[in-house]
Amino acid sequence: RGPLPWRSNLNDSLLGRRFCSGVLPDTIDRSSESFAHNSQAMEGIISQLHSHIRQVMEGGGAAAVKRNQSRNKLLPRERIDRLIDPGSSFLELSQLAGHELYDEPLPSGGIVTGIGPIHGKLCMLVANDPTVKGGTYYPITVKKHLRAQEIAARCKLPCLYLVDSGGAFLPKQAEVFPDKENFGRIFYNQALMSAQAIPQIALVLGSCTAGGAYIPAMADESVMVKGNGTIFLAGPPLVKAATGEEVSAEDLGGATVHCKTSGVSDYFAQDELHALEIGRNIVKNLHMAANHNVYQNRASEYKEPLYDINDLRSIAPVDLKQSFDIRAVIARIVDGSEFDEFKKLYGPTLVTGFARIFGQPVGIIGNNGILFNESALKGAHFIELCTQRNIPLIFLQNITGFMVGSKSEANGIAKAGAKMVMAVSCAKVPKITVMIGGSFGAGNYAMCGRAYSPDFLFFWPNARISVMGGAQAAGVLSQIEKANKKKAGIKWTEEEEEKFKAGVVEAYEREGSAYYSTARLWDDGIIDPADTRKVLGLCISASLNRGPETTKFGVFRM
Amino acid sequence: ATPKLKNEKNRRIEKILIANRGEIACRIMKTAKRLGIRTVAVYSDADKGSLHVKSADEAVRIGPPPARLSYLNASSIIEAATKTGAQAIHPGYGFLSESADFAQHCEDEGFTFIGPPASAIRDMGDKSASKRIMGAAGVPLVPGYHGQEQDIDLMKLEAEKIGYPVIIKPTHGGGGKGMRIVQKPNEFVDSFLGAQREAAASFGNDAILLEKYITKPRHIEVQIFGDKLGDVIYLYERDCSVQRRHQKIIEEAPAPNISSDFRSHLGQAAVAAAKAVNYYNAGTVEFIVDTLTGEFYFMEMNTRLQVEHPVTEMVVRQDLVEWQIRVANGEPLPIGQLQVPLAGHAFEARIYAENVPKGFLPATGVLHHYRPVQVSPEVRVETGVEQGDTVSVHYDPMIAKLVVWGEDRDSALIKMKDCLSKFQVAGLPTNIDFLSQLANHEAFRNGLLETHFIEHHKDDLFLDPSNSTLAQEAYNTAVQSASILAACISQRDYASAEKSTPGKLSVWYSYPPFRMHHFSRQMMELEWDDEYSRITKLIKVFITYKPDGKYVIETEGSELPGLEIEVVDLGSCNYRVEVSGASTKVNVAVYSKDGSEYFHIWHSTHHHQFKRNKRIVLSEDDDKPHKPAKEMTSHPPGAVVAPMAGLVVKVLVKEGDKVEERQPIIVLEAMKMEHVVKAPTGGYVSGLKFTPGQQVFDGNALFTIKVNRSVV
Repeated sequence: RGPLPWRSNLNDSLLGRRFCSGVLPDTIDRSSESFAHNSQAMEGIISQLHSHIRQVMEGGGAAAVKRNQSRNKLLPRERIDRLIDPGSSFLELSQLAGHELYDEPLPSGGIVTGIGPIHGKLCMLVANDPTVKGGTYYPITVKKHLRAQEIAARCKLPCLYLVDSGGAFLPKQAEVFPDKENFGRIFYNQALMSAQAIPQIALVLGSCTAGGAYIPAMADESVMVKGNGTIFLAGPPLVKAATGEEVSAEDLGGATVHCKTSGVSDYFAQDELHALEIGRNIVKNLHMAANHNVYQNRASEYKEPLYDINDLRSIAPVDLKQSFDIRAVIARIVDGSEFDEFKKLYGPTLVTGFARIFGQPVGIIGNNGILFNESALKGAHFIELCTQRNIPLIFLQNITGFMVGSKSEANGIAKAGAKMVMAVSCAKVPKITVMIGGSFGAGNYAMCGRAYSPDFLFFWPNARISVMGGAQAAGVLSQIEKANKKKAGIKWTEEEEEKFKAGVVEAYEREGSAYYSTARLWDDGIIDPADTRKVLGLCISASLNRGPETTKFGVFRM
Repeated sequence: ATPKLKNEKNRRIEKILIANRGEIACRIMKTAKRLGIRTVAVYSDADKGSLHVKSADEAVRIGPPPARLSYLNASSIIEAATKTGAQAIHPGYGFLSESADFAQHCEDEGFTFIGPPASAIRDMGDKSASKRIMGAAGVPLVPGYHGQEQDIDLMKLEAEKIGYPVIIKPTHGGGGKGMRIVQKPNEFVDSFLGAQREAAASFGNDAILLEKYITKPRHIEVQIFGDKLGDVIYLYERDCSVQRRHQKIIEEAPAPNISSDFRSHLGQAAVAAAKAVNYYNAGTVEFIVDTLTGEFYFMEMNTRLQVEHPVTEMVVRQDLVEWQIRVANGEPLPIGQLQVPLAGHAFEARIYAENVPKGFLPATGVLHHYRPVQVSPEVRVETGVEQGDTVSVHYDPMIAKLVVWGEDRDSALIKMKDCLSKFQVAGLPTNIDFLSQLANHEAFRNGLLETHFIEHHKDDLFLDPSNSTLAQEAYNTAVQSASILAACISQRDYASAEKSTPGKLSVWYSYPPFRMHHFSRQMMELEWDDEYSRITKLIKVFITYKPDGKYVIETEGSELPGLEIEVVDLGSCNYRVEVSGASTKVNVAVYSKDGSEYFHIWHSTHHHQFKRNKRIVLSEDDDKPHKPAKEMTSHPPGAVVAPMAGLVVKVLVKEGDKVEERQPIIVLEAMKMEHVVKAPTGGYVSGLKFTPGQQVFDGNALFTIKVNRSVV
């Protein structure tokens, strides 16, 4: 018995067509001159990135590393490797924090932070690097530590502090100690997270002096290593100066004192490996039941993208004036290159649609040109859809800004932009932003810039960020300067004006670079475009660790 | 009613009880099954659930583990046969196979004994009587003393008459048990008494005989077969010269480097020997061949099917167990002497659980991983154990017999070497690597066999760890194995982590582990423990996970460049590994013991074993400094430890006695072999805490020799 005639027709026409609709085509012209040119330029950018990374991987230099080794201590990344599950991934954050920020180098800001699984539970790991300035806290160290805690609090990740630090870097105490987002905030965060039942665990693997002493003291559980681990509010020299008491570091605040007498620490470890093993055991016994995991459809089976992810290194725009189709990027990061586009024909300068990354459903918003009224409205609409369905949002930023001009203003572009900003701000679903090209002006806001607290924000090494383009800024500033000069009756030669403009452009060039941003922790790190899919997959998984939250929007200006 | 049925004339055997265990029981059942004969196994408590029990149609418990209470307990075996209605009893080899009383007992109870007549067993079982009969039948004999008079002084005189070196043997028994070689007159008394004691323990009779000891002998034996009609033929010879501790480990048929004249002389002598005792069924006549003179002498006759019978089966293309049953049925021999074919060449290698560097001492333990080679018409594996089984102290520690056949000796040897390199056993020490070493020796390849082969070539067969060039070479291959192993372990760990993680976190465990702008690099410490060369070395391996799924493996302190390795896990311990462009098959066995993980790796012709210490569980107590586990179990300095697990049979001195260097202190027995523990130095015995009858375990401290008499 054959199939019914109407059914076979359905198979042939409708189903057959539906299968192909979501798959993005390969639109890259590999033979074009611009492709070759861009690839070559990106190659230089990536190799520069790798050389910066190689430097920070060496920590505080060969001598300090050797000294560390002689004390039977591991380096922070080695400690993390032994803490997390064998063969598992580690999402390290802000590797280039502190890059060219101070007079002296401060590799990775003197602290290694990131997310990795321990006994199948995602944890935030914060590890001081004792080879970098004795693990002391510079302003950027504090900022990186606080950012790790912010992510942990947001994603409800247990925190493991691998403490080996001399405390605040005293010469810069004014930028480290007094303000709200300074050193004290670390302990404040520990207290608040503990109150929310986000476990706080400290492994004291080295010194833990002064303010640092509060990290284990504020922790829910803490471990100390015999010999290397010390905790005291004031070290032996300060004690001698203050009270005249002469006491060794071990007797003053060693593991024996704190595990046996003071009760500042809970577990006594014979050596560092033992401490790390105890740390793993503590996480094993957390009993954080898998109660948040309400997200559906998380298939462990997924398809790889159809196209080579390494193409992203060639697609990443070096010259931001050159336009390219954001779908070429999406096609290389989503499962099976399948992207179901929403409102494709309306407001086409903003691309929105549904896809999956490692089986996890996502809503993607990417720029394909400047934002018009329609694109902003479409963006706001799409964000509302995703919040309703608890679908994480991915923002792929390459935006020069909203359309300017009288027609645009009259159309209420500010109103449309405000709607999208309102939607982005209030959406409680996980939000992850990747700067893949330019990030300029209010476009940065609508596309979930740093100020909009995305769960994670990464830069491609070619990406740039500033309030407007360098040339535009130079134009605006020189016009104002010219007017001022004219008012004051000073003659401004064309040569002087060009020099002025060049100065502005140069400053924007420098301050707009990905390195300038990442050094100051305006982001969570620079990533290789070819790692984008993997990083997004890890970030989505981490941010889904918190349960779904209800979104409540404010007043949309209609 | 049953005895009547059993005695019915012309009734053929339909059900056999096999009064044995292990591989031979399984071997007999195979043939019985093929012939449609039902099988009954007997087992001791130690063998409940073992392969021979599972292979049988029925099985009957006959007693506790010690052999004398089970497999040597004739009445419970007969009882089992009665209970199950078996018509015949096959004794296998060892145990009751050469007990004339048992053979008689079977026949008296109406069961067919599948073996020779009890009278022939009795004649041949008494070494002195057998030699007398052989001498009368014109079979050449080794000069010696076979008298009834056992007075020690007389025996010593006889020994001098024969001329040293002489060999002392128990009159009853075989298999090398209780044998002693005496080089000089002053060693005679000690050896004589030891041989007597061992003979009494093993065979229940302490009669001893003396013979000339032939310095460079070959051990060649002839398989004979007779039927109840009086016909006896020979099925050619086997060379069993390669022995350790007087026990054979590699046998072959036919014997290499002998002429066909010599072959037929041997065969005829063997037939004459058998006929002299009215022999029927399977038997083996052992000859000693003096390689210096080309003379051969009758040594003894084994009145049973032998361990090494398969090599004969392979070259004459017959099933000797089938022949045994047919002869027992009263049928004539299936073929006559002239129809016996001689095709190709066969080897048998006996795979034992034993400690080769400790003088081939029997070993015990669990077969955590057991994967014999693939069998074929040309490769046989006769085994009685399975993975997970225990090799216990109660019985012979043989794990399997590997039997290979080839068109000629060279092709058979190639096959045997290949099979040995692929024969996988992990969990207890074995002699496999040693057998490989033997099979690869040039003198062995050339067929230059003699019973002292191992002794004479020991410098080639045992790696001397003080030879730095060879040790370095061995270390380098170990490093390569460690690298491949590290890659396989990583692949396995990754696969198991991926399987066990909840779906939502799978992205964190997908391969390769992600690191921002660098590759994950892990350190693995593998302790190379070479049971063969006795080298123990810690190899630190660094594994870098490349994004293309390959591993780069580097070794600490090695000048060799890192290896780029790609691993495909084929499941059940099989891997396909690609190392610098060449792909090979790799097998890995893993098991845990005493808190450590043990790994065995087989690749190409290499086999290595490594230990990975699990992270030591440290106490949280800070008062006591941490002591590694090793130190805790250490013995007082100078303590003499038991070289193997066994039973204390004799304590020769008392606590506090003054002893000379090399003076025997304790006699241990394991697997029916005696082992004398001697004083390492002169001094006073201290801490002697064992008494006869007590069980000791491998590594137990037995006593200490102190320089001064200790004040208790």
